[in-house]
Amino acid sequence: MSKWKNAAMLLVVVLLIILPLLLVNGEFGGADDAAEGAIGEIAPAYEPWFQPLTELPGETESMLFALQAAVGAGVIGYAAGLWKGRGERRSAHAKKN
Amino acid sequence: MKGRRKWKLAVLVCGFAVYFLVNEPGTAHAMHIMEGFLPLGWAVFWWAAFLPFFGLGIWKLNRMTKDNPDLKLLLGLSGAFTFVLSALKLPSVTGSSSHPTGTGLGAVMLGPLPMSVIGSIVLVFQALLLAHGGLTTLGANAFSMAVAGPLAGYGVYKLIMRTSERERLAVFMAAAIADLTTYVVTSVQLAAAFPAADGGFAASLLKFGGIFAVTQIPLAISEGLLTVLLWNWLKSYSPGELALLKREAKGGFSK
Repeated sequence: MSKWKNAAMLLVVVLLIILPLLLVNGEFGGADDAAEGAIGEIAPAYEPWFQPLTELPGETESMLFALQAAVGAGVIGYAAGLWKGRGERRSAHAKKN
Repeated sequence: MKGRRKWKLAVLVCGFAVYFLVNEPGTAHAMHIMEGFLPLGWAVFWWAAFLPFFGLGIWKLNRMTKDNPDLKLLLGLSGAFTFVLSALKLPSVTGSSSHPTGTGLGAVMLGPLPMSVIGSIVLVFQALLLAHGGLTTLGANAFSMAVAGPLAGYGVYKLIMRTSERERLAVFMAAAIADLTTYVVTSVQLAAAFPAADGGFAASLLKFGGIFAVTQIPLAISEGLLTVLLWNWLKSYSPGELALLKREAKGGFSK
């Protein structure tokens, strides 16, 4: 029951990602770049007064994004596994007594 | 153990202090406002608005982990979820891409204040290494993602739990609202800094809202669902642990 619900939720998430790609004709650039364009329209004279300290190549950037996700996923897996183990030990202990 | 925690905190505080000093001429930085794209005055304003919350967050974290070292794991989990979700740039209905924030889960589990610290760590990482957001806009970006989002999410969670006790719905709404609020606040920040010559603040808000907030609606739904998925997963594998830790985190709150 709950398994089906979980699968359905995952399906909705996947659809929410795929449908825009299929149905919307867009470049799918970053929303922050779009905002940059809007600022240019509203205040054409505005000059950014500070530059990013590092501008890494696109490939390196995507590597860092992947790394960010990987580190996060690793920690989540560790926490889930640890709790599962603790829970099992606790219930095994409870059974014995 | 205790010494190490103090040391870590000191490093964190020093890091932020140096960062703040280096950027003194123009300080304010929010989740998704690009480096240098907030005028100096606004940059400073948002830094000033954010820092008190950051200070409270540090204080809160310190006290929570002192009372119960087990909460560190919950803390790590909240941070990790924010890391994962804010690395996922998803396409949206407006034809541009954005990413979820992942701050709702932590706000529900730990309360909103600790997220002001966790969220800003992610922002610093992205600003320094990924040229995503920026140092001058960090105050504004942290205010939207690490302060306003978690506060809104936590409020919604509390409200739903009080009225209906439907936990999953509450978690879903908390995550989605935290996500959406972040980008609504970003739109307000940009509109305040760049009122349109014709129509002023309202016209600008409509414009930036169209870019950020509308793009974010499907992503907020995705984030809500993903948060509930993780929630279900944690609960099914370790029914006791999550409830126990959550109660303890809350216990630290009422004092």
